[in-house]
Amino acid sequence: MKNKEPLILVVVVAFTLLTYWLVEPFAHSQMHKHVESENFAYADLPELTKTGNVANGKALVTGAAACTGCHSIDKEGMPAAMDAVAAAQSYGVNPPDLSNAGVVFDAKFLADLIKNPAHALNVEHKFDASKGKMHPMVAFYGAGGDLDQEVADMVAYLQSIAVTEEELTPKVAYETACGRCHAVSYEKWTQIGTKPKAKFEKDSLAFDIKVLEYQEPLVKYMGKLPPDLSMYIRSRGEHYISTFMENPQNQLPGTAMPRVGVTAHSAEKVIEYLEDAGDTKRHERESVGRNVMWYILIFAIFALLWKKSVWRELH
Amino acid sequence: MAHFTKATSVKDWLNQRLAIEKVEKVMASEYWIPKNINFLWAMGMVLAITFALLLVSGIFLLMYYQPNVDTAFNSVNYTIMREVDFGWLWRHIHGVAASVVFLIIYIHMFTGIYYGSYKKGREMIWISGMLLFVTFSAEAFSGYMLPWGQMSYWAGMVITNIFSLGGLHLDGLVEWIRGDYVPAQAFLTRFFMLHVLLLPLAIMGIIGLHFAALRIPHVNNQDGEEIDFDAESKKYLAGDKAGSKVMRFANDFMSKDMMVVGIYLIFFFYLVFYQYGFAMDPVNFDPADGLKTPAHIYPEWYFLWSYEILRPFPVDIGLVAFGFAQVIFMLLPWLDRSPNAVPASRRGAFKIWFWAMLIDMIVLTAMGKLPPQGIFSTIGLVSALAFIVLWIALPFITMNEKKV
Repeated sequence: MKNKEPLILVVVVAFTLLTYWLVEPFAHSQMHKHVESENFAYADLPELTKTGNVANGKALVTGAAACTGCHSIDKEGMPAAMDAVAAAQSYGVNPPDLSNAGVVFDAKFLADLIKNPAHALNVEHKFDASKGKMHPMVAFYGAGGDLDQEVADMVAYLQSIAVTEEELTPKVAYETACGRCHAVSYEKWTQIGTKPKAKFEKDSLAFDIKVLEYQEPLVKYMGKLPPDLSMYIRSRGEHYISTFMENPQNQLPGTAMPRVGVTAHSAEKVIEYLEDAGDTKRHERESVGRNVMWYILIFAIFALLWKKSVWRELH
Repeated sequence: MAHFTKATSVKDWLNQRLAIEKVEKVMASEYWIPKNINFLWAMGMVLAITFALLLVSGIFLLMYYQPNVDTAFNSVNYTIMREVDFGWLWRHIHGVAASVVFLIIYIHMFTGIYYGSYKKGREMIWISGMLLFVTFSAEAFSGYMLPWGQMSYWAGMVITNIFSLGGLHLDGLVEWIRGDYVPAQAFLTRFFMLHVLLLPLAIMGIIGLHFAALRIPHVNNQDGEEIDFDAESKKYLAGDKAGSKVMRFANDFMSKDMMVVGIYLIFFFYLVFYQYGFAMDPVNFDPADGLKTPAHIYPEWYFLWSYEILRPFPVDIGLVAFGFAQVIFMLLPWLDRSPNAVPASRRGAFKIWFWAMLIDMIVLTAMGKLPPQGIFSTIGLVSALAFIVLWIALPFITMNEKKV
């Protein structure tokens, strides 16, 4: 009799793949809107036309522009004016340390941020100056010279003190861009820093209380507590996180989350940090996977040979 | 008391007490299988292997899982996935096997339907198989509650809610099932008990019944041929292995089983390491939150067809249709009135019925996942009606089938 097995296999595989396609790729394409990446180009922000001068920039950042009145620059030995909890109580969220702002954030974004924070951050729906709702970060209106030149100088200064792209670690990228709002409990990260190992329970509880005190004004500022991102790499996936970071309004119109203005490179670092948190064993999965596949392949070959030897006598 | 003599060997010692040679014959070397079968007949072994993978991976997961609403999510996603050596591997094996086992069950079921393997003395095989389908479904659902993610919580909410829908308003029943007004600690602990003890016990018992039901009628074959197993096995034992229509279960058929298992495991482990997303819903990686309903709540893919039979109708009718879908497969041996136990390809109208049912269930599956809007709800309604009509039509189209 004709061997029907190949035909049966084709039928089984075809129906299986059809069902898979319908309930996975097709159904998800219908349920979730697809947002294309804009490659972190920030096309809506004006290009930098001036070349910055680092020395002038330093004078402005630490002087006339008064950045260091709110922002610390740990690297340059400039501490924050107040601790994280007090800063959050004053501004809603602790202003970021600027040590590595120059490498984490896009230059165009930084320039626009200095001139018009609500615009660069894409939160004009929340902070409308004409309605008296000012963004907590004060815009820089110039120190007497050419505004664009002064802004370019400040950006150049921030870039000069930052680590290089190669030196930027996933942790620093995450802390600078996301960490003051989003905890990552699986990495022991809280909005006020990594939770230290405490020898005594009272120290541990005291830290937890500080975190709660920080979260109170943060909740008022954002509307709700920004989620813990520990498992976001599994619950949202790389594409969603990346496009959300790029422009939250594209994925979730009206959200209180600002555009963070990261470069494509630092976005990758943030993703890597989240992979370390929520998909920690991915490298082991790949190497074990390869070995298991080889093992099973060899098993299948021996099984096939065994079958052939047994069935030789049956025909 | 039986008469025991001094044993001449370990085997003899065991033989006197456990009759191991006899058992081996009954279970393996003189358990006769027809030769004219194809690889679909190995799905039983594939299921046994998958069940073993579920059992072993489940035992390892059980050592670290904590059935507590405050710690369950982290015990899975932090402790098992990050801290425990190879915990991620056990979890991925468990999750993928739980999904793939249903694919194989469906293939196994439709193989049975296609070849008429529920007729002429094989009714108990079919019924015990359908009982396994029901217990596996309950096992899958209860297991899905355990990571206590958003989909665990909301699927638990929606599915238990079904009991209170409709004109009967059995709210008390829902509270009794949940042990609370909403899914909470009592709910998690009882589903944990069901998942790791009661249902696995039931499954193992019914697997025993399923195998036992196979003994007397023997395995069906792909030609619908009635084989005289006594005569054919005598022929085989006399040395005419090639001329006999039957073969030993072990090693003859076992070798083919293992070949299919080998190929299946390549597919299975490919899914475990490289394509696990379909079995581990992203939404369930968000911790359960009773104040935040996910945008789309849907069951795992293997429940979608029956979910879609519930969904397109008004509540009371939907519940009746849903109940109908749950029990109707069980009645197949009596709804099929034909005297023929041959492949569907030789049964005229039944052949069309078979493929229509298969395609209808795939359409229902797809519509069960898609949001019930526009054209999708219309297709869902039509295919749900088609499902019911096909079952009602079955006795009539098979009644007049000519004996082949």
